[in-house]
Amino acid sequence: MLGEGILKGLAETARNFFGSYVSKDRLTTIQFPEERAPRIEASRNFPFLVYDGTDPMAGLRCVSCLICEKECPPKCIFIEKSTDKKPDAVGKPQFYPSKFNIDVSVCMSCQICVEVCPFDAIKMDNAFELSATDRFDALLFNKQQLAKPNEYYHEIHPTEAAEVDAALAAARAKVAPKPPPPPPPAPPTTEAAAQ
Amino acid sequence: MTPDTIDQIFVTAKHWLLGYTPSALQPIVSAILSVVPILVVFPLLFAITTVLERKGLGRIQNRYGPNRVGPYGFSQPIADGIKSLTKEDVIPRSADQVVHFLAPLLLVLAAFLGYAILPIGRNMVITNLNAGLLYFFAIGSMVELAVFMAGWSSRSKYSLLGAMRAVAQMISYEIPLVLASVVIIMATGSLSTVSIVEQQAHYTYSLPHWFVFTPWGFAGFLLFMIAATAESNRSPFDLPEGESEIIAGYYIEYSGFKFALFFLGEYLGMFATSGLAITLFLGGWSAPFSFLTWVPSYLWFFLKLLVLICVFIWIRGTLPRLRQDQLMNLAWKFMLPMTLINIFTAALWHFMPAGIIRWLACAALLVIPCIALSRGLKQGKKLQVRTYRFAE
Repeated sequence: MLGEGILKGLAETARNFFGSYVSKDRLTTIQFPEERAPRIEASRNFPFLVYDGTDPMAGLRCVSCLICEKECPPKCIFIEKSTDKKPDAVGKPQFYPSKFNIDVSVCMSCQICVEVCPFDAIKMDNAFELSATDRFDALLFNKQQLAKPNEYYHEIHPTEAAEVDAALAAARAKVAPKPPPPPPPAPPTTEAAAQ
Repeated sequence: MTPDTIDQIFVTAKHWLLGYTPSALQPIVSAILSVVPILVVFPLLFAITTVLERKGLGRIQNRYGPNRVGPYGFSQPIADGIKSLTKEDVIPRSADQVVHFLAPLLLVLAAFLGYAILPIGRNMVITNLNAGLLYFFAIGSMVELAVFMAGWSSRSKYSLLGAMRAVAQMISYEIPLVLASVVIIMATGSLSTVSIVEQQAHYTYSLPHWFVFTPWGFAGFLLFMIAATAESNRSPFDLPEGESEIIAGYYIEYSGFKFALFFLGEYLGMFATSGLAITLFLGGWSAPFSFLTWVPSYLWFFLKLLVLICVFIWIRGTLPRLRQDQLMNLAWKFMLPMTLINIFTAALWHFMPAGIIRWLACAALLVIPCIALSRGLKQGKKLQVRTYRFAE
């Protein structure tokens, strides 16, 4: 008879209506600013620079090799290479970026910079509340804003960070025990770069 | 304060205010005093309804709905109003400027004019026209003109398509709407809404004499409500504005406050036809039980109106949009025959002696054609696998 299906549908919507007041599992909405969903490990947003130790500027892993700047498809990375060398986290003298800017309004979160970095210096962040009132300077992140500790990296991507740390430790272990042989076939800098 | 004084408080207040005006100004002041409350109360009801609708639809879809502005999101219409007032009013360059400007105004005007004959409470009606019902339907057809003005003047194919759909739909459903209310005219012998309500405000064994409690009244009420849903372009009859097909139909080229006026007009039309359904079938301002007559009459009217609004929201949250051919089939192959049979049933009811036989005969006379017609609607549908010429 005409109307039978309509009545069934009305019963279903009524069940939804009253059920949403009774059982909380029906409501899948997360009321954002007050409640937050747990951060997804595989999510990524914009890149950040990893530093070891406590001093952000001294501990940066970046040696300003400029590979990421060249590979960046939308060209949102601007690096200025330093003229002098400073000791890095393990004490070896290295170039460092005297300027490292990423324009997050241009960045397309493709992760290519992360994939090409030979030093595991740039990684993807998943912070997303980056809105600013100025669309030019406020969205051009400098070295100080981009630098985040390795512990933060462990916090947001634990599995990946553990792998990176293990690989770095292995590389350092490989380099460290053989200081005696005077002329190594491959200089340590290139060997480090190869990893 | 007796219940009667509370019931008549607005009427006495008006008379008290009129007593202070010079007699030359009394007609105009009396008109203003009657009209202004309507102009205030029903747009306020519209504001409340938008929140209720959004929250209700949200809950039906297991969402929260608006809950940010004010307590439980109930200040949302204020935010919406400020937004639509401050938005840019875009008028297409090729539009017919004058008609484009007039269309939303005419729609709201037509929607408001219907309230002139709605008895909101005992002695609370703007004008007691003795052809009130006729006046309501005559005014109601002005909405079509406004809709077509909007669609035509916008000079957009979507607008025009929406307007054509709206006009086709409204003309088709106006016939069942009027025919469904004819049974009330037959039963009461009056076109005046006031006397229609008064004839329903009697009680036997504390139960009211509402027309919805008779077979022909019940069928008439359902048919009237279906036609009213179609008349006010509400889901599932919202083809004229079908968002997924023609974006917003006839008001696609409107922005800012004119867009809001279209919504206002649409909801006001819905309230007006619901108010008429209450007046005709649900006993207007009369209480549902004789021992509840101490509750002010206007409260009963608005309570019934809110119930009908909630039913409208419930229906909107449940049913998908009809196709144009289904819409027309329903109007001409089901609604129109059913309203005609209903008129015949009402006549039979009038001439048969009261008793259980009358009830059964009239109910059978309505239920059997209903089943037969719905069977007929289902038949002749050649369901086949749809073939696509271009999309694959």
